[in-house]
Amino acid sequence: MSTQTMTETGSTDRFRAKLQSMSGVLLMSLGPVVAAFILSGIILLILDVNPFSYYGYVFGRGLLSPTGVQATLTRMGPLLLIAAALIVAFRAGIWNLGGDAQFLIGAVFCAAWTPLMAPHVPVWLGLLAGAAISAVFGGIWALVPAFLRAYQGLNEIITTLMMNFLGISFASVLVKLVFLDPTTTVPQTRTLAVDDRLPTLFGTTISSGLVIGLIAILGVHFMMTRTAFGLRLRVVGGNASAAVHAGLAVPLLTVAVFAISGALAGLSGGVAILGQYGNVRADWNPGYSLAVVPLVFLARFNGFAAIGFVALFSILSIGAESAARRTGIPNYFTLVTIGILLVMLAISEYYGAKRQKAGA
Amino acid sequence: MTLFTDTFLIALIAGIAASGVPLLLAGLGEQLSEKAGVLNVGIEGMMLGGAYLGFYIAWATESTALGFVGGIGGGILVASLMALFCVRMGLNQIVIGIALTLGAEGATALLHHVQFSRLYPRLPDVSTWRIPFLADIPIVGPALFDREPVVYLAIALVPILVYVYRRTHLGLALQAAGDKPAALDSAGQNVLVIRTFAVLSCGALVGLGGAFMSIVGAGVFVPFMTHGNGFIGIVLAMLARGRPLWVLLGAALFGACLSAATALQVAGVDIPTDVVQMLPFVAVMIVLLLAGRNAKLPAALGAAYVRGER
Repeated sequence: MSTQTMTETGSTDRFRAKLQSMSGVLLMSLGPVVAAFILSGIILLILDVNPFSYYGYVFGRGLLSPTGVQATLTRMGPLLLIAAALIVAFRAGIWNLGGDAQFLIGAVFCAAWTPLMAPHVPVWLGLLAGAAISAVFGGIWALVPAFLRAYQGLNEIITTLMMNFLGISFASVLVKLVFLDPTTTVPQTRTLAVDDRLPTLFGTTISSGLVIGLIAILGVHFMMTRTAFGLRLRVVGGNASAAVHAGLAVPLLTVAVFAISGALAGLSGGVAILGQYGNVRADWNPGYSLAVVPLVFLARFNGFAAIGFVALFSILSIGAESAARRTGIPNYFTLVTIGILLVMLAISEYYGAKRQKAGA
Repeated sequence: MTLFTDTFLIALIAGIAASGVPLLLAGLGEQLSEKAGVLNVGIEGMMLGGAYLGFYIAWATESTALGFVGGIGGGILVASLMALFCVRMGLNQIVIGIALTLGAEGATALLHHVQFSRLYPRLPDVSTWRIPFLADIPIVGPALFDREPVVYLAIALVPILVYVYRRTHLGLALQAAGDKPAALDSAGQNVLVIRTFAVLSCGALVGLGGAFMSIVGAGVFVPFMTHGNGFIGIVLAMLARGRPLWVLLGAALFGACLSAATALQVAGVDIPTDVVQMLPFVAVMIVLLLAGRNAKLPAALGAAYVRGER
């Protein structure tokens, strides 16, 4: 056999293998989604609701109606930032489960100080400062678990959960006691004037927070997959003792991961305030982080896939509110769908790994 | 100071028991599961399963006792999914745990909506067992020794579990399943059976805790009523590192703070409840800062055991 034919068959083989692995990845990602929708549909049938009309309402509102799709895209901004925060941490093997507190602390400080600044500075400077404030305070809130993990070896699942409960209460305390708007009786912070908020895109109501979110998640994806810094973080995540042997400064990298993750979660809070809400009311907690954790798992920590799942989640959550009014199925149903989706994902991964082993 | 009246103190101490018992049961359950090497992030879902089924059965049969049995059943039901996916199939424990929590939140809220959305039925007060003599102690007596039987059961579980962990073959097997499952396997015991047992027992304890919240605590089922109690249970179990008595102390600490928040409001003191609710977490963070160095968890925690693999 000549060398030429060998390279030829080699390249077609490689092409076929690539095609096969791509279709495999597609099947592994979309299979669970389809299965979850079918199972959810069966539950709807049991509840005596036509699944086609239910999902018709969900996608009709969340994806196809002009106002609905604008709401969906606006909601995606903060969710994408949270997803970016979680991908950095999870890829580095750090289970940051305190994203909700980091989000709220960022949001509260941003909402407290940006409206005070806004009248005295140009709009862009006020927005930039507001975003910076939210990122810095979100990052600071993540530093306590960071140091405990880096220098005391303390499991970050405990500490981030503790800081999460602590931060949610602390944010409420700040709103009720410290950053209260003196001109209203409702416990809330001062409100950022609509003119001083993030601009909307192309004459729609879509907040430019969406763009910030997309930039963040793509930036994080490329940082983790294409840069030396990202490689170091993945080594730490893959095997911390191997990382030590390779001469990496593991404690320092751990602190860096927490800081980046916390800052992105805080920025998510800032974007929600600067783009959408304008103020923080007492006891406000949208719980975005806990909602995004499963999505990031579904995406297997891949930035592009995360964009898809965040979009799907936004459509479902916006659409379910409308479907709830028309079919009488409360929007808790989305939770059931996501739960089933996660289980399906884990099962598909199980069989994928089994098949891979059998092939090898 | 007129704040510390007898009624206030009784309400405070009784409140510790009321809000501490679900935490205690959740913490003990999680501890049992973690001991055997299964990091159970789904206990919030098991708690809700117990709270819902417990309430439903207590309402349908008009029997509190059957309600508690139903609560245990509800917890085991959710836990059996955990056992199937994480122990038998060896899937990622954190993913499945979160999936079960979300799924149970949605499913119980949905069931509640379908069955009780207009009614909001309320259960009658649960009868208490009065312990002679002890119940006559002023303040502490009526608050702690004239309580629902489940409270005594939960506290009695602490010494029982200490005994099981320290002195029995089962305790040793549980510990081995979490620390070195391969060794347990070579000793001729089935790791998967031990872990399944641990997860299901965890579900039973946590489900009972959930049923306590709906049947005794609130008297109604409200969607999402467990309010992160399961997550606090995870924290308690991790802080206690395998010692049931520490779970009891932690549950009492958290219970005291939760109870103080309500008791102060009843007494008309104007502090945002959030400030009081922060206290236990601040306390634990300080403890961790000072003494967190020797945190030790079971070696095989979170790792699925597959026979013959490494």
